[in-house]
Amino acid sequence: MAKIVINREKCKGCLLCISFCPKGLIGLDKDLNRRGIKPVKFSRQANLNKGGTPPKAEKETSDCIGCSMCAIICPDCCIEVYK
Amino acid sequence: MEKTFKKPQSLRDISTHYCPGCGHGIAHRLIAEVVDELEIRERVIGVAPVGCAVIAYDYWDFDCSEAAHGRALAVATGIKRVRPQNIIFTYQGDGDLAAIGTNETIHAANRGENVTVIFINNAIYGMTGGQMAPTTLLAQKTVTSPEGRQERLHGYPLKISEILASLRAVKYVERVSLDSPKEIIEAKKAVKLAFQNQIDNIGFSLVEILSPCPTYWDMSPKEAMDWIRDVMAKEFPLGRIK
Ligand code: SF4
Ligand code: SF4
Ligand code: SF4
Repeated sequence: MAKIVINREKCKGCLLCISFCPKGLIGLDKDLNRRGIKPVKFSRQANLNKGGTPPKAEKETSDCIGCSMCAIICPDCCIEVYK
Repeated sequence: MEKTFKKPQSLRDISTHYCPGCGHGIAHRLIAEVVDELEIRERVIGVAPVGCAVIAYDYWDFDCSEAAHGRALAVATGIKRVRPQNIIFTYQGDGDLAAIGTNETIHAANRGENVTVIFINNAIYGMTGGQMAPTTLLAQKTVTSPEGRQERLHGYPLKISEILASLRAVKYVERVSLDSPKEIIEAKKAVKLAFQNQIDNIGFSLVEILSPCPTYWDMSPKEAMDWIRDVMAKEFPLGRIK
């Protein structure tokens, strides 16, 4: 059981963490942050509804393996990982 | 639950001015992590360049100096010679280190100054608006090579790391990349060795980091990472050069 915490105000929305999470556990937030950027969110929602399946519930982030791939690639040090 | 990944202490908790997906942020963090791990925060002094990283000193929480464009290694030489107990590194882009500063770079390397060089190669001038750099690849389009770089007009991409490695006084040269978490982990090992060499008085150590500039490569951040792996690393092969 692991989790990440994203600093949504620092996030620049580069989406690299989404590309590199092996579990597809990061998606786009619905709301803008104070910079006017759409940050990312620790959630299966939004990015992975392939084939038109409805967004899954947020509790599925329990798949997180704490691998830190998202945090290592983040250019703005927005992600903390807990394991 | 235990925190297994967090911001290094040597990195300030503020937003940088870098574009989304820019490699400078990753490189800054790697240096901060290494400084923390080697416990040299009280004796490290960074020398910031001119280029996009011109205010890098705002982002690290340790002492820094600023150098005129290209002169970072001259400044680092001076600081190291009067304060040999300090750990001095320069942080320079390709325009700074391999164009306007070629002279200072080559002679500091040739003197074998015991300093650490972190060389960010993104094959373009970022700060001034995407002009061709010495490291721009053949056929790569920039605002000053709109048809792509051509060897007959502009020469070949300058492999400054290979040139420096040929100097007798240079002790360590390695080229790494930021294109994936795996390569970033390798890059950190190289950065750490380059600092450890200085602590052990081994001598001039340089790490060239292939780093994305999505803005002036006109790519998304992910496309820029892929381009490093698929195109740039073919021209600038990764691995230890010396
Ligand atoms: S720690 Fe690994 S599994 Fe968890 S969100 Fe980050 S990249 Fe995905
Ligand atoms: S990598 Fe960092 S800055 Fe980029 S979208 Fe993810 S959290 Fe935001
Ligand atoms: S112009 Fe390029 S190198 Fe400069 S901050 Fe933007 S992405 Fe980074």
